[in-house]
Amino acid sequence: MAVVVFAENNAGSFKKASFEIVSYAAAIASMMGTSVTAVVLGSMEDAVASELGTYGAAKVVKVTDASLDTFESHAHAKALAEVAKSEGAKVVVLANTYAGKALAPRLSVKLSAALASGAVALPEINGSFTVLRSVFSNKGFANIQLDTDVKIVSLTPNSYKVVAEGNAAPVENRSLGISAVDFKSTSVEVKTVTGKIPLTEAELVVSAGRGMKGPENWHMIEEMATILGAATACSKPVSDMHWRTHDEHVGQTGITIKPNLYIAIGISGAIQHLAGVSGSKVIVAINTDKEAPFFKIADYGIVGDAFEVLPKLNEALSKFKAAN
Amino acid sequence: MKILVCISNVPDTTTKISFSSDNKEFNKAGVQYIINPYDELALTKALELNEAAGGGTVTAIHVGQVDAEPNLRKALAVGADDAVRIDAAPVDGFFVASEIAHFAKDKGFDLILCGRESIDYNGGMVAGMLGELLDWPSVNVITSITTSGGEAHLERDIDGGREVLKAKLPFVGSCQKELTEPRIPNMRGIMMARSKPLLVLPAAANTAHTQVATYAAPAPKAGCKFLEPSQVEELVQLLHTEAKVI
Repeated sequence: MAVVVFAENNAGSFKKASFEIVSYAAAIASMMGTSVTAVVLGSMEDAVASELGTYGAAKVVKVTDASLDTFESHAHAKALAEVAKSEGAKVVVLANTYAGKALAPRLSVKLSAALASGAVALPEINGSFTVLRSVFSNKGFANIQLDTDVKIVSLTPNSYKVVAEGNAAPVENRSLGISAVDFKSTSVEVKTVTGKIPLTEAELVVSAGRGMKGPENWHMIEEMATILGAATACSKPVSDMHWRTHDEHVGQTGITIKPNLYIAIGISGAIQHLAGVSGSKVIVAINTDKEAPFFKIADYGIVGDAFEVLPKLNEALSKFKAAN
Repeated sequence: MKILVCISNVPDTTTKISFSSDNKEFNKAGVQYIINPYDELALTKALELNEAAGGGTVTAIHVGQVDAEPNLRKALAVGADDAVRIDAAPVDGFFVASEIAHFAKDKGFDLILCGRESIDYNGGMVAGMLGELLDWPSVNVITSITTSGGEAHLERDIDGGREVLKAKLPFVGSCQKELTEPRIPNMRGIMMARSKPLLVLPAAANTAHTQVATYAAPAPKAGCKFLEPSQVEELVQLLHTEAKVI
């Protein structure tokens, strides 16, 4: 009755979201008095895979079929379901990333398992199994009760602290004979954005709105993001006007994020935008209008003109970074 | 092509969300319902694909109660040929996917489009579950689609980038912003929608995997600490020593 966790293989290495979910799965396993089996699909060095033991996996099952190096939801769900069944999984944990969002629903049907997507806390297990997830695009939360024997939980990134206390785990290599016939769609090309921190994974986010007056002024936002090692984001009007691309749009109809720090510059804070970012741990708002709704959910605020504040703030941040 | 578009009925994006005093129910009083914004993209794209192909039909399907019918009429006014409402109170994503799969399985659809998620329960699971229930491919968060010769050429968002891919029809796609701009009904569409068929069918499976035990409102914020525009160095120090985020 193990807890099985799917650690995404990012071209031979792991991202932080995978360490979060292995730590999260280890906490669930300890509640249930069982252990964690981590599953890796595709090519990866054993030494890298065994690192998941540090975060709480008792063993790592690596499905070595080379066809799995290309992501395809049908074939990946098939492989994951086979391992989950062979391990006698009672709980399967995934990260609520784009890959996790593609896999979890297919897996749910394959395993006749209830799915709680976008969980934000550990489940409560006492007779029933309930888990907290955000609903209404972060305007509320719901405790979802999972009523099937096998349960699937996908965890929102940045919702659980990484715990690195264990030792390297043994790696078991398996082949499941998954080949092209299991692929229902064909990947033609993957365009990876380089030199930019993906918004959904970012711990620090610098975001701006119409107050920036035009795309030509974004260099100040990008400069701050570079100094901090932050991702850049924007409000809906900015992406609607094509000042920035839609993948930067955070809010109810864009991306929902929960970074450690969200700096909102020249964004008034429409309810739809606040929904997407209210899960941020610390919010800084900079706006000319002291009545801007953003100040109601911000931790720190400056009432002032972005064009006056930003150059000084960037200078102060540079100085701080140089000294620390 | 024969296209099925899944429509969810959701609170307007400006809705303030509140729950009953025992936290068991979402307060629906005074809430305006709209077609889920991502589903509007699915509907518009279905119409565009058929216009490009020179013909076809678009069916809008909704699993829910009678109060969603004004929004199904809106889907007809935007251009869907007919609409189907599976008469049931949807319990979870699996419930909805099971009903849609049951309806769709022997109808010969070439394509099913949904929104990438509903903006109320945000499950984002119907497309993938439909794919698995029908044994079709499912491609989520698509930002571009064209079809030719029984095959779809797609682009979709992936973690940290974009993927270009191909899928054989039929398949299920979940629609992401940037796919298209939602179409707004015109007067002629609204007039025509009144006489288009809206079929109401009983639920077939009635199976759910989950239930909401309780709701919770987000924790209130402690309040904003205001600084002067000249106090940028103080702000940096507060972020470092007090908030401990840099």
